Amino acid sequence: MTPDPTPLTVTDEPHTEPVVSPSLASAATHTATTEPVQREARTITLEKLNAWYGDQHSIKDLSLTFAPNQATALIGPSGSGKSTVVRCINRMHEEIPGARASGAVKLDDFDVYDPKVDVVAVRRAIGMVFQKPNPFPTMSIFDNVASGLRLTARKVDPGHVESALRDAGLWEEVKDRLRKPGIGLSGGQQQRLCIARALAVEPDVLLMDEPASALDPISTLKIEELVQELKSRVTIVIVTHNMQQAARVADQTAFMLDGQLVEIGPTSRIFTNPTDSRTEEYVTGKFG
Amino acid sequence: MSSVSLQPVSGRRKRADRGARAIVALFTGIALIPLFFILYYLLKEGLGAWSWDFFTTDPTGSFLGDPGGIKSAILGTIEMVAIATAVAVPIGVGVAIWLVEYGRQSWLATGVRYFIDVMTGVPSIVFGLFVYITLVVTNFGGASFAGYKGAIALALLMLPVVTRSAEVVLLLVPNTLREAAYALGAPRWKVIFKIVLPTALPGMVTGILLAIARAAGETAPLLFTATIVNATTFNLGDRMNSLPALIFQDVGQAQDRLVQIAWGAALTLVAMILILTILARLVQRRSRLS
Ligand SMILES: Nc1ncnc2c1ncn2[C@@H]1O[C@H](COP(=O)(O)OP(=O)(O)O)[C@@H](O)[C@H]1O
Ligand SMILES: [Mg+2]
Repeated sequence: MTPDPTPLTVTDEPHTEPVVSPSLASAATHTATTEPVQREARTITLEKLNAWYGDQHSIKDLSLTFAPNQATALIGPSGSGKSTVVRCINRMHEEIPGARASGAVKLDDFDVYDPKVDVVAVRRAIGMVFQKPNPFPTMSIFDNVASGLRLTARKVDPGHVESALRDAGLWEEVKDRLRKPGIGLSGGQQQRLCIARALAVEPDVLLMDEPASALDPISTLKIEELVQELKSRVTIVIVTHNMQQAARVADQTAFMLDGQLVEIGPTSRIFTNPTDSRTEEYVTGKFG
Repeated sequence: MSSVSLQPVSGRRKRADRGARAIVALFTGIALIPLFFILYYLLKEGLGAWSWDFFTTDPTGSFLGDPGGIKSAILGTIEMVAIATAVAVPIGVGVAIWLVEYGRQSWLATGVRYFIDVMTGVPSIVFGLFVYITLVVTNFGGASFAGYKGAIALALLMLPVVTRSAEVVLLLVPNTLREAAYALGAPRWKVIFKIVLPTALPGMVTGILLAIARAAGETAPLLFTATIVNATTFNLGDRMNSLPALIFQDVGQAQDRLVQIAWGAALTLVAMILILTILARLVQRRSRLS
């Protein structure tokens, strides 16, 4: 594997980094219509991941790989552990009192759960978008996008905020009201604002936990288009309970049941020719 | 073919509805009557006492001659309440942050919460007695009664109110906001100071104002800590006058003029709290727009 130009920083915050000049972001800033600039994202590998909430064993020996520059859909009935898996990847799982995880989560060769690793660095590298849009209510649109940089003690360059908003497909709609509150936007716009907020930190991976399930069909479509575009620079893990959505956006699909991986494969194969009968039952709507 | 028919609301249900409305309206009216009379008497009796001299001269203490104004009481109340606020608000908000963000359901947090509940229910005179016994009788700091001792009694009184109200507001901050901040890589102290506190601020101001209003109107904690004097002082080590104490003293006098001063002082106290509330709202509104 080639060494990455921007290695993960394993230091204590706060520290100030020079504004990592986003070559792809500046390209997008000046010529909105050009091809998205390709950037090599990272592979996520889960090895024998186990997760508990107190005594409840929610994820059992899960091993799977999320390929770089691809969107992988996690499907499965509610309660099967999709959100938990996603939250283990950026170590949000441990924020819940009584919750713990074991096993390995690797970002390329880098062990996310290495005791020497700073969670802050992990979460900078692995962005997250939640089910319900959650912009910061006290902040303007601009400040919401800049918040990830400010909260991790980095400089904010207005051009950087603009490119994040462009990448999230929101710039044209908000460029004249950047100083207005973020919660004044519609639900779909708020969700794209949250995506811009996550992108502004320049993550290598974007985790999306049912990002469109609280949105109307048109907003959902916009989010799906966005997932397609963003693949050129980040690895995407998208949880969805909507099988059509998985079929539309995902290169790979993983089916989970009761905290275990049933099978993973190219999306078209999972939906047309699954190897496991439980997958077939699920994708054909027999249960879940 | 039968068309859908919707029955009209029955007469009994209409009557029951009207009855319920009448009862609620009646209770609202009953609750408003005393409020109305309080305001009415305050204005009727108090406005007559107001004059330029009323606000700009100290009480003379003379029973037969010119009774003077209430300047020392206004300034004393402002000084002591300001100091009590400066002490109680940071501590109270700090405790609330600890309870919500760190202590959560631990036994220590549960104990602290219980203790605060008990403190909320303690009568104000007990705080006065406590400061009296520990700081006044012992001549702490070289003097018996002092303005700062009154401020301490008021701060003790405010502390549980501030803590409890701040805790309630902090609990109202949606967890999804904390999660969003953690997911961006924010360390915990930044999540608290940059996300949680700003979101909770408007609600916290309300609780703090309630605590201030309560402290500003308390007589009992001040009577044996700062006591009652005539002269204005800015020395916190001196005995200090206050509006509630002055009202307490003057309203019991046989002189109508003194009783009217008490009314004027009471109206002043209400007006001061009203102005403070309006100012706080204005500041809040401005900060939310920027
Ligand atoms: N905060 C929590 N506390 C306790 N149990 C939880 C919590 N979150 C999820 N669980 C449990 O973990 C299991 C997996 O949940 P989750 O990952 O949310 O599933 P999904 O996202 O697939 O619906 C479920 O059995 C659920 O009850
Ligand atoms: Mg879920």
